[in-house]
Amino acid sequence: MGIDNIWVFAQAANGEPTTGTLELITKARELGATVTAFLGGDAGPIAGALGEHGAAKVYATGDLGGSLPGVAVAAAMQAVIDGGDSPDLIMFPQSYEGRDVMSRLSVKLDRTVLTNSTEVAVDGDSVTVTTPVFGGTKLVNSTFSGERPFLAAFRPKSFAAEPSGGGAAEVADAPVPDLGAAGAAAVTAVHVEETTGPKLDEAAVVVSGGRGLGEATNFEMIETLASLLKGAPGATRAIVDAGWVPYSLQVGQTGKVVKPTVYVAAGISGATQHMVGMKGSKNIIAINKDAEAPIFGVADLGIVGDVHKVLPKLIEALQSRG
Amino acid sequence: MHVIVCVKQIPDPALPGELDPATNTLKREGKLILDESDGYGVEMALQLVTAAGGGEVSLVSMAPNDEVSGLRTALAMGAAKAVLVSDPALSGADALTTAKVLGAATKKLDDADLILAGTESSDGYTGTVPEQLAEVLGLPSVTFAKTVEVADGALKVDRQTEAGYDEVSCPLPAVVSVTAGVVEPRYPSFKGIMAAKSKPVETVTLGDLGIDAVSWAQQIVSVDDAPEREAGEVIEDDGEAFGKIVEFLDNLKVI
Repeated sequence: MGIDNIWVFAQAANGEPTTGTLELITKARELGATVTAFLGGDAGPIAGALGEHGAAKVYATGDLGGSLPGVAVAAAMQAVIDGGDSPDLIMFPQSYEGRDVMSRLSVKLDRTVLTNSTEVAVDGDSVTVTTPVFGGTKLVNSTFSGERPFLAAFRPKSFAAEPSGGGAAEVADAPVPDLGAAGAAAVTAVHVEETTGPKLDEAAVVVSGGRGLGEATNFEMIETLASLLKGAPGATRAIVDAGWVPYSLQVGQTGKVVKPTVYVAAGISGATQHMVGMKGSKNIIAINKDAEAPIFGVADLGIVGDVHKVLPKLIEALQSRG
Repeated sequence: MHVIVCVKQIPDPALPGELDPATNTLKREGKLILDESDGYGVEMALQLVTAAGGGEVSLVSMAPNDEVSGLRTALAMGAAKAVLVSDPALSGADALTTAKVLGAATKKLDDADLILAGTESSDGYTGTVPEQLAEVLGLPSVTFAKTVEVADGALKVDRQTEAGYDEVSCPLPAVVSVTAGVVEPRYPSFKGIMAAKSKPVETVTLGDLGIDAVSWAQQIVSVDDAPEREAGEVIEDDGEAFGKIVEFLDNLKVI
């Protein structure tokens, strides 16, 4: 049997496939399978890019008309599977939509889910996924048993997205069936938060602040430093929960996963929740007044000191360099 | 208005976690506490019931060894009663099984107008149970809510998205998962803590829920140590440490 037929739940933003989507399509292709992308929406604008990364086919639901993707795309997937085209494995990005579609489908098909994974391996009929636990200090390897398709979700940046040189993918309709009561939620308005500078999860430099900043207004130092380094500001869950900065800045298990060239952690102790989101950075600079803080265990350069003293001097030094 | 909140009782996250060497699953024998991320759901439920002019908040939970410590915390906050599913057969259960069991547990209570849950637990963080529960119960759902209001029998939710947020409307009954920070959970008062001791907690087994057998199609095959990241140079700030950072950034050619 082998794992010959892999679906990837595809997402698009601003008329392009998301990076997470292309990462999974690339990985699925490397596993030697025929890759099908499954999209909630119109395939037209992105079928080309999906094909270039290795998708042979794209199932598209067409416009979801305000339905939340979770229940709608899962129902469309089930309809295709019931119609006879059933994959061996479905890969989902570990995103809001990915999680919702996967959850609904798991109940519809009565299949288990494995989430938060960072690696996948195929050996004959067996699929093994790897999931970091305890702040990434241990790696748990799990396999699926039972009926296919297997359902797995992967964290962003687990794989590199690379074009395959393929042409545009074949597009097939996968209409959403009647959802009944379960489909009654409707999006009535969409709000896009304005951001300036590079995106947090794509920036070469990320400067993050934590509770050690003392108060919300001190986050300005983080923004200034990030701007001087042409990077993006980030934050810990603690100061997001405290309402100092919006959720979109959160780095960590429940926020963004970042892997910049340089990560500056200012006033951050290094809770597991945060470390999971930044440990993959190439270089880490930490400033914290507690010498015992776990963040120093992963820092390439650690400064035991007061962020209120170190940051202003650092900002001044960088400004004077022009 | 009747709101059911799904809560998880977990090992204290401040203590180092441990895997059971025989099963490679998380050890949960010791005292369990209310998952911090469930405090938001409990608080939201209490506020919605107050806003509705009356009603009740109930809890459902699944935990080993008839553990109720975390439930007592939520009861002390103001929930009225709880159903706890505790059965040795559920040790190591996957998220799908958990959703089915919690779905069955809600049937032990009066019909809910609304079911709330956190977005993911702080120990296992599979992050699928709320949406799976909605599908098990055939209900609509709104996940990752950052604000929740109820008006004229319908929900109005601001739902977190990658780009910002969506306004979502949804008829009741429904399942909603709430993000951390949606509300500020109250601290239980002394009176609340005393009252919680005598609030009803119904402990049930799988048999009591009419579930004959459970199984899940995933196995942990091995656990490895992750490659360690080496700690680098750590220096004490003498007033000039900023120069070290400038030098470090210079060497990396980012300035």
